Amino acid sequence: MHAETVNRRAQAQAAFAEVAPEPGAPKPDPILVVDDVIRRFGGLTAVDVKHVEIQRGSITALIGPNGAGKTTFFNQLTGFDTADAGTWTFNGRQLNGLPAHKVARQGMVRTFQLTKALSKLTVLENMRLGAQKQRGENFFRALVSSLWQGQEDEITVRAEELLERFKLDKKRDDFAGSLSGGQRKLLEMARALMVGPELVMLDEPMAGVNPALTQSLLGHVKDLREQGMTVLFVEHDMDMVRDISDWVIVMAQGAVIAEGPPDTIMADPRVIDAYLGAHHDAPLTVAEAEQQLHEAEAELEAELVPEVEEKA
Amino acid sequence: MDWELIFSRALSAGIGTEAVIYALAAIGLNIHFGYTGLLNFGQAGFLAVGAYGLATTITTFGLPFWLGVTVGLVGAVLFALLLGIPTLRLRADYLAIVTIAAAEIVRLVVRSVALRGTFGGTDGLDSFSGDFYALNPYSPGSYGFWLIKFDHRTLWVLTVGWILVAAACAVVYLVMKSPWGRVLKAIREDEDAVRSLGKNVFSYKMQALVFGGVVGSLAGFLFALSRAATQPDLFSTELTFFAYTVLILGGAARVAGPVVGAMIFWLLLILVKTGMEEAVNHQVITFITVNQVGSINYMLVGLGLILLLIYRPQGIFGDKREIALDAR
Repeated sequence: MHAETVNRRAQAQAAFAEVAPEPGAPKPDPILVVDDVIRRFGGLTAVDVKHVEIQRGSITALIGPNGAGKTTFFNQLTGFDTADAGTWTFNGRQLNGLPAHKVARQGMVRTFQLTKALSKLTVLENMRLGAQKQRGENFFRALVSSLWQGQEDEITVRAEELLERFKLDKKRDDFAGSLSGGQRKLLEMARALMVGPELVMLDEPMAGVNPALTQSLLGHVKDLREQGMTVLFVEHDMDMVRDISDWVIVMAQGAVIAEGPPDTIMADPRVIDAYLGAHHDAPLTVAEAEQQLHEAEAELEAELVPEVEEKA
Repeated sequence: MDWELIFSRALSAGIGTEAVIYALAAIGLNIHFGYTGLLNFGQAGFLAVGAYGLATTITTFGLPFWLGVTVGLVGAVLFALLLGIPTLRLRADYLAIVTIAAAEIVRLVVRSVALRGTFGGTDGLDSFSGDFYALNPYSPGSYGFWLIKFDHRTLWVLTVGWILVAAACAVVYLVMKSPWGRVLKAIREDEDAVRSLGKNVFSYKMQALVFGGVVGSLAGFLFALSRAATQPDLFSTELTFFAYTVLILGGAARVAGPVVGAMIFWLLLILVKTGMEEAVNHQVITFITVNQVGSINYMLVGLGLILLLIYRPQGIFGDKREIALDAR
């Protein structure tokens, strides 16, 4: 099992060996290809992505400072919001303009930043809901339970397997609303797997999860890759990004500004400028700090001089 | 004070025509609000469409009874579609505003002077119930047991009414324990989550609106037939609010909730009203007149509801654990 893990990870990383660490770099086997997606809110351009490809079978992280448009970009791709322009294909099939439920049926399933457990349904009912093509979801067939009970039993078996894997099997008959925040995240992920997705899109899977559960969640995300799924996730936690992702895409002010493997992406000056410089206490040498100070002073003076002249 | 009269009237009201009509109206609302979370404040509109569909077909156009029933049912479906197409994509509170307006539009249209020839204006329509009472298997007379007595016409309405209530409850029970009902309940909790799992939320909400509306139109048929007449002002917003009261009293999202709610609501309403009237007539209560009893009765009902919502918000059949989840 462990050897297998290494292989999958190695495979995924090998696929990126030839990929140039540039925004919009073509990948050997992209599952999702995005072109010229634009979303404006009034005068603000929230998303303006020229070209992005997501490699099949990999874990790709989407990072960027607050307000970079990561979640908005997610919403465009999954049909939860309507893009002003742009095209994207999933497995070669065009997805732009499709409503959210049809996107999910294609095999591209998302989770949400604010967990959406269906509180007054039991954990097991939450899971069953995720299954596709249920005969009993038609009003008239619903009236005759013999028409759907067999399929329901199959779905239940599958749901129980997943619940066991996510260690929620003891909670199966509890209301989802009674779970803790971390358990809800687990349930949401497990429920998304009931759909049978090829691409799992996780919007901040670690937000609001206590550190003890973080490791378990990380394990589950890696596990998705082991089972041949592709993962695209939005995250703030740098350590997590470094730990599990095979490739990192950086967004700032709506655009993709950099791409690359997680080890080197942090050193990319564009990333430091846009994101890390503002948030991390980036290691500065004394000389660098002084130089920055001088530059700032020079800029200030340049601005002040005209004012002084005007006054004079 | 005549206690026998008081209890006789109260018990009769508890299983009488009003209880049946409000039970059906509230079963429809339970599908909308209790299971799917659609805040439909226009249930009176569905009743009006049913009642006027039936009455207009028979009285104005001289067509047969069963065609009238069909027109009423088809009318309810169309009204649901008309209401749903523009509003179901909007947030819940917009649906509430639009439905309350739509029900008022229906009432004002059938009330209008311009369409008096078709709908009868404020006087409404009558003489459409002949065929219905011709089917009555009970011979003329008074029927009942203990304190409860009904005449043969009322008994026929009640027979049909309770059969419809039982049938509606059976259908609701079957579909709500199926995967179809699971989708509805999930939509009530969070639409976007359901969308992300590949379900067409709009379609399910529309199905729920149509289903609940059709059950509401059954209540409209009974309302019109039991009175052998229909007037527009029977279908004011008050009807919808009483139906909500009945639903919350019994417990939303429970199959039997609306039925038991309707029975208790009407039993209590008439018990208190007749009790007060008797007390005033026998000089037990001297500081009010009989004419004031009606208003005070509604005040007491309101007070009772407030207490209910404070001490038992889940209603009679509700699950307290579910209410506790909302507080989190």
